[in-house]
Amino acid sequence: MCVGVPMQVISVDGDDIVAEVDGVRRSASIMMLADEVRVGDYLIIHAGFAISKLDEEEAVETLRMMREVFSEEDMQ
Amino acid sequence: MNYQDEYRDRELVQGLAGRIRRLVSGCGRTMTFMEVCGTHTMAIYRFGLRSMLPPEIRLISGPGCPVCVTPNDYLDRAIAICRLPKVITVTFGDMMRVPGSSSSLMEERAKGADIRIVYSPLDAVAIAIRNRDKKVVFLGVGFETTAPTVAGSILAAEAQGLTNYLVLASHKTIPIPMQLLASDPEIGIDGYICPAHVSAIIGAEAYRPLAEEYHTPCVITGFEPADMLQGILMLAEQALKGESRVEIQYSRVVRPEGNLKAQAMLAQLFTPSDVAWRGVGVIPGSGLSLREEYRRFDAEKMLPLEVEPTKEHSGCSCGEILKGKMAPQECALFGRLCTPENPVGACMVSSEGSCAAAYRYGQ
Ligand code: SF4
Repeated sequence: MCVGVPMQVISVDGDDIVAEVDGVRRSASIMMLADEVRVGDYLIIHAGFAISKLDEEEAVETLRMMREVFSEEDMQ
Repeated sequence: MNYQDEYRDRELVQGLAGRIRRLVSGCGRTMTFMEVCGTHTMAIYRFGLRSMLPPEIRLISGPGCPVCVTPNDYLDRAIAICRLPKVITVTFGDMMRVPGSSSSLMEERAKGADIRIVYSPLDAVAIAIRNRDKKVVFLGVGFETTAPTVAGSILAAEAQGLTNYLVLASHKTIPIPMQLLASDPEIGIDGYICPAHVSAIIGAEAYRPLAEEYHTPCVITGFEPADMLQGILMLAEQALKGESRVEIQYSRVVRPEGNLKAQAMLAQLFTPSDVAWRGVGVIPGSGLSLREEYRRFDAEKMLPLEVEPTKEHSGCSCGEILKGKMAPQECALFGRLCTPENPVGACMVSSEGSCAAAYRYGQ
């Protein structure tokens, strides 16, 4: 029920969008999002509704922080 | 980039696991962290996270699988609905095989009931538009992530002027049962791996009482292996320092305030109510019922239902498993009398259930 992977928006028509991940396309409603949605954005889609937009800056920042906390000795 | 591969990077995952080992080594205690989200349950098994963690860290699963926490009595009502004439019952697929007291939706469909599986509640509205001479009843089960999608479907039906779309609503909200379990010394929870997409809706604020009144560290955590390990690391750091705060690991998706528009939709259509959780019993204020103004969409109020007396399945330990008091393998029926092909209890049916995940990934 809960697909954890963000899907990329490939078209927007009012509140209806089509998004894609790994070649699978799904239509969804963005009536629940306050953010503006553009083609190319990544959205979390649950049961036919976009529930959140992926914040790419935060995604990169989280990866950076993850790499910062471990050192060579943790890789043993 | 959707970042999935980055968060599965082997080196990153191993480095984080190593960092956790170094942090807790010699701390002289065991920390028990509970996840309350079926997708986390699956991820823990699928990526073999338990085997990467030191013995000081114990992961247990709580009541996070929506199908699993739905008691037999709801299924019995759904079954009573699908037996009515001129009714189309619409559901998410994972409800089909859950055993009710004496039947399941799957068995009812084999006997001729019109039951359809959809991916979105909006598909149920589309079915209602095409079948105006019938009542179309959507089985509204799920947590705060799913409840607004059902709210959205009712608003869509209202906008279309539909009079034949109904919902059998039994939505649940997760923070109150989390508080209940946090205060049970028998479980001994030292921190919560808070759900990812539920939190995208309700925000971090919803867990504040847990952190402040129940002194339980809370970290809202994503689903990828690096996310989960970072979340566990953040929990361990809080626990070792004796702190209890709400932190967001999954900041690329979850905002502190949550999704305000979805929260407004929930408040418009639903009101908190008392609801029964499998294994736990009735938890006051942990359910969402349709408001009186929307009763014309409420299957419970609008349809004449004859529901059979509820019976539980003897020998099934789903209740104890959902409270984190038992592991699936400790159930005497696990893997022998109860398998995903022939499930005895709900926890073996849904792919998000602890028993199904434990069976599938064999740990
Ligand atoms: S293994 Fe089957 S019978 Fe045992 S608790 Fe899980 S679902 Fe119930």
